[in-house]
Amino acid sequence: MTINVLTSEPLPPAGTGGLSGRTLVIAALIVAAAAALPLVLSSYQVGLATEVLIFGVLAMSIDILAGFAGRTSLGHGAIFGISTYVVVYCSTQLGLHPAVAFALGVVAATLAAAIFGLLAVRASGVYFLLLTLALGMIVWGVCLRWSQVTGGENGMRAEARPAILANQNTFYWSVLIGTVIVSFAMWRLVRSPFGLTLRGIRDSESRMRSLGYNVPLHLFIGFTVSGFFAGVAGAFYAMFNNFVSPSTVALANSVEGVLMAIVGGVGTLFGSFIGAAAIVTLQNVVSGYTERWQMILGLAFVVVMIFAPEGIIGKLRAMVPRKTR
Amino acid sequence: MLDPILTLTDVVVSFAALRAVDGVSLSVPRGQRRAIIGPNGAGKTTLFNAIAGAVPPTSGRIVFNGHVVTGLPPHRRSRLGISRTFQITNLFPTLSVQDNMILALRGSSSSRLFSLFGSPDMEANEARRIATALRATRIADRADVIVKEMSYGEQRQLEIAIALVTTPHLLLLDEPAAGLSPSERSMIADVIRSLDRDITVIIIEHDMDLTLGLVDHVTCLFEGRVLVEEPPEGIRRNAKVQEVYLGMPRHA
Repeated sequence: MTINVLTSEPLPPAGTGGLSGRTLVIAALIVAAAAALPLVLSSYQVGLATEVLIFGVLAMSIDILAGFAGRTSLGHGAIFGISTYVVVYCSTQLGLHPAVAFALGVVAATLAAAIFGLLAVRASGVYFLLLTLALGMIVWGVCLRWSQVTGGENGMRAEARPAILANQNTFYWSVLIGTVIVSFAMWRLVRSPFGLTLRGIRDSESRMRSLGYNVPLHLFIGFTVSGFFAGVAGAFYAMFNNFVSPSTVALANSVEGVLMAIVGGVGTLFGSFIGAAAIVTLQNVVSGYTERWQMILGLAFVVVMIFAPEGIIGKLRAMVPRKTR
Repeated sequence: MLDPILTLTDVVVSFAALRAVDGVSLSVPRGQRRAIIGPNGAGKTTLFNAIAGAVPPTSGRIVFNGHVVTGLPPHRRSRLGISRTFQITNLFPTLSVQDNMILALRGSSSSRLFSLFGSPDMEANEARRIATALRATRIADRADVIVKEMSYGEQRQLEIAIALVTTPHLLLLDEPAAGLSPSERSMIADVIRSLDRDITVIIIEHDMDLTLGLVDHVTCLFEGRVLVEEPPEGIRRNAKVQEVYLGMPRHA
């Protein structure tokens, strides 16, 4: 992913709207490499790779808002988790077809994001952070207390995954295909005329208003679309985990998504996968050695913030032109 | 007199007890270059805000190009052809000059605003209008530069380019040369002087030499009222103008 981001930046000049040839080749190579991973990894590691893809999509959906609209959401973990809950509930309690459950999960997440968006888009900065945090906490509270439906603290177990995807590798490949599709969609989104208006809002809301833009409406649409992508990640997570509990919608999940986006590099979009890979790996490797893995993770964040506040990809991008100059 | 493009009748803007603009009537003929001068606190920027719509007048009437615009919000006025620059530079610093121009252009023509997954390319007529505005402000070769990497003077030029790209009938320039070096000032003066004569220009500026060399007619405001209205040659010799600027207290 690293190489892909580095070469697709700076954006090709106007007139080459689609993918440029070289970017396409590199993107294809990265996807091919990712597709080949199950051939060399153990089944446990394939599980981790699947998790990286799922959380990478969640972090990307957060980056659409944080990196391009200047609004950091602490509610996306909850939006992600709503989708997970709905998929698990629909497939176990209602016995719906996995594809239908998946679709309903994404729809529920998108609706939740629309409600979050309505309430939050007029705020900015720390107020936006706090509002989205509070909305996420409400979702968590509901999932915890409404135990007839959600199973309360115990959560719900499910066989959400369709039978043909039962195999670890097959499931990984299907998640990879889904990831490629939504990543491409998000990449198009941030480069589209609409994406440009989001970047304009990030840079100067007052100027956007005086130019005649309806700033809250743009943010609302941006938030809802971002929630759709978080919902896709959440629905995949339901099938990956076959289990959901309030910890899926908890604040910690939102924070983790934001941290992944930050570690990868806010505003780099594909950096989210680097961030997700770094954090998922660290969590799983370090926790094998010490019970205090969260402390190590905390230290790692401190180090990143000190030496690469622009994130890993941001740092690499800043270094590359210096070398070629 | 030529047909006026902008007519203000008894415009008052008051903030609580302060009447920042206190019954101003003026009429600007189509294509004129008009300066609004006056000492600090005379109400120049407030009058601008009343014309552009940022601060609606408390009373009075503003007619622009045959439309009564007194109570219209800024973006509606901008669609009618009123365009302004800001005293404090307000651009999109992390975007390229080109992207700044695209945003400025599309704000007034909403056709592709909600193209969520559309191509980032410009349409041919957009590219043409942007190129024209950048040429008029002498920054055509800077289109791909990120705004925060430009000099302050260039940013002021971009500020004018953004106001021009929507092809306005009336351009309001709020201290376009404030904070610039002498050479940057003469660049701005050049840009303003070579603007299309179809565009009516109203300019607020403290630099008298710069302003009086640019305009056809001058309105001097003092304490929210029109003090003098004269061509530039008269203004230089006008005793009242000298008095408010130099602050000679004759009857103190």
